[in-house]
Amino acid sequence: MKNLLIVLITVAVLASCGGNKTEKNTSTKKVTLTAAGATFPMPFYNLAFKKYTKETGLLLTYGGIGSGGGIRSLKDQIVDFGATDAFLSDKDISEIPLKVVHIPTCIGAVVIAYNLPGVEEIKLSNQLLEDIFMGKITDWNDPKIKEANPKLTLPNLTITVVHRSDGSGTTYIFSDYMSKISNEWNEKVGKGKSLQWPTGIGAKGNPGVAGTISQTAGSIGYIGSEYAFAQKISFAQVQNQSGNYIKPTIESISASAQGEIPTDTRIMLTNSSDPNAYPISGFTWVILYREQAYNGRSKAQAEETIKFLNWIIGSNAQSVAQSVNYAPLPEKAIELSKEILKSITYEGRAVLK
Amino acid sequence: MNSEKITKHVLFTVSLIILIISTGILASLIKGAMPAFKEFGLKFIIAPDWNPTEGRESYGALVFIFGTITSSLLALILCIPLAFSTSLFIAEYFKKTRIASILKTLVDLLAGVPSIVYGLWGFYVLRPAIISLGINDQGFGIFTSSLILAIMIIPYATSLSNEVIAMVPDELKEAAYSLGATRLEVIFRVIIPNARSGIVASYILALGRALGETMAVTMLIGNANVIPKSIFSTGNSMASIIANQFGEADGLKLSSLIAIGLLLFAITAIVNAFGKFVINKLS
Repeated sequence: MKNLLIVLITVAVLASCGGNKTEKNTSTKKVTLTAAGATFPMPFYNLAFKKYTKETGLLLTYGGIGSGGGIRSLKDQIVDFGATDAFLSDKDISEIPLKVVHIPTCIGAVVIAYNLPGVEEIKLSNQLLEDIFMGKITDWNDPKIKEANPKLTLPNLTITVVHRSDGSGTTYIFSDYMSKISNEWNEKVGKGKSLQWPTGIGAKGNPGVAGTISQTAGSIGYIGSEYAFAQKISFAQVQNQSGNYIKPTIESISASAQGEIPTDTRIMLTNSSDPNAYPISGFTWVILYREQAYNGRSKAQAEETIKFLNWIIGSNAQSVAQSVNYAPLPEKAIELSKEILKSITYEGRAVLK
Repeated sequence: MNSEKITKHVLFTVSLIILIISTGILASLIKGAMPAFKEFGLKFIIAPDWNPTEGRESYGALVFIFGTITSSLLALILCIPLAFSTSLFIAEYFKKTRIASILKTLVDLLAGVPSIVYGLWGFYVLRPAIISLGINDQGFGIFTSSLILAIMIIPYATSLSNEVIAMVPDELKEAAYSLGATRLEVIFRVIIPNARSGIVASYILALGRALGETMAVTMLIGNANVIPKSIFSTGNSMASIIANQFGEADGLKLSSLIAIGLLLFAITAIVNAFGKFVINKLS
């Protein structure tokens, strides 16, 4: 009976997570902001939130539960804003009764991290990426990899592809890029926050994938750049649209955002046509409701939310982003974001003065 | 009202609450799983796809049912020799000695170790060992998670076996010895036949525990949503896919995950019913 009970309790917990939570934000005197979502920009958010708290005394909490979770938390109206690396599709937006807006906060890169003792700066062409992640090349000393990297001595190791086991904006950026460079990928796998993987093993979260790669010789996977930098995991140079092999640096990531940006800022930056751009880059966004009076939120709550978002796109916060290897927003994106912030209302009246 | 009556009412209410909770869980599982079964029919159970990509959505539970059942059965097979020897050691050979009680405490302690700690140990110690033994390249897979599960379920498999083996009447054993039986003969001819229903019951209890285990398995099984080619390949389990993907799931995917939860519930119930049946048959 005991084991049955354990199962029952587990299921009960899971079932309760499925329901719509309608937690009320109690409007106490001291306002705190709650946000949840993507783990990809978390190193930046952690620092920026701490800095903001220090400067203003306002308490912010951020739950790194993945982009999918961020969107869901906003839908359930339990956060002040959500965070995601994949913008909401027109279909997603139409399914939410209230109007949702996107504010980009920085540009991040997804790096192709690998664990090959003694092998630095491997170059991976578009074809190699397709072959490796489709499971067509299974060994590191495959002649095709050697051909692209004549100077490297590649070990006789099996390739272990590591991907995300949970839904993730990082996966979305990576698969969006793969769909652009490989027809076969586009047809068989496609893009999404979680995929039907042709090969490899799954690990939970950016930290999980980073940990598995650093613990497994012969592994390769995709992670948010800061996770690779922080854990000193090697990462590959990737071929961009112009055919150049590019390392993810703040400059090369910034270069990917030099093109046109639509007024709602919903754009994928992958496979940029700029010859110096790192091709697996993407905006990461916070998402919030245009009308801030929902689920009993106070006016102060709305004001603090917008004040904070106005701060995070400002130069002060953008320099924090660079310290953890995210590229700052281009001028154009900041202008557009300011316009969007101005359009946000509380009971019909603009919040930002 | 006398205390007798009060006790009776309290007990009745409490058991009624438990009954309501379990039917409520079952009902909400069925309700949540309906959209998935409506979309895919009973084929959901035997479909090997798990494709969450928008526009190509197609879900099936086979991969996970297969992973859960193979890893749990393999864990049981690995666990039985260890658990059975331990039970004999504690309850027969070294019955009521100090060393037996120390061993018993240690085994019970295994039950108290949180699942995540087993997972960590598996990830950082067991997995590199599997790689260096050359069993597979990255150390993840059904076999690795079965090894961890086998260790985790030992206390469940031994505790009840200890009791029933110790309960075999001494008179029976003494009678066998007086007829010239060796110790092994006593074990196989007297102890096992007498204690078999209890021993089997404890293994089924252990299997039930293995079926629902989540954290340690998800850290070691590889989370690859494919039918494993061999026991050394990677796969995924029912509890593990739920834990990994419910956070961002909605619509059909969420319903499919709940349907997997319902199936896991059903499998566990079947295993328990089977256990009861075996016990009744044997005793």
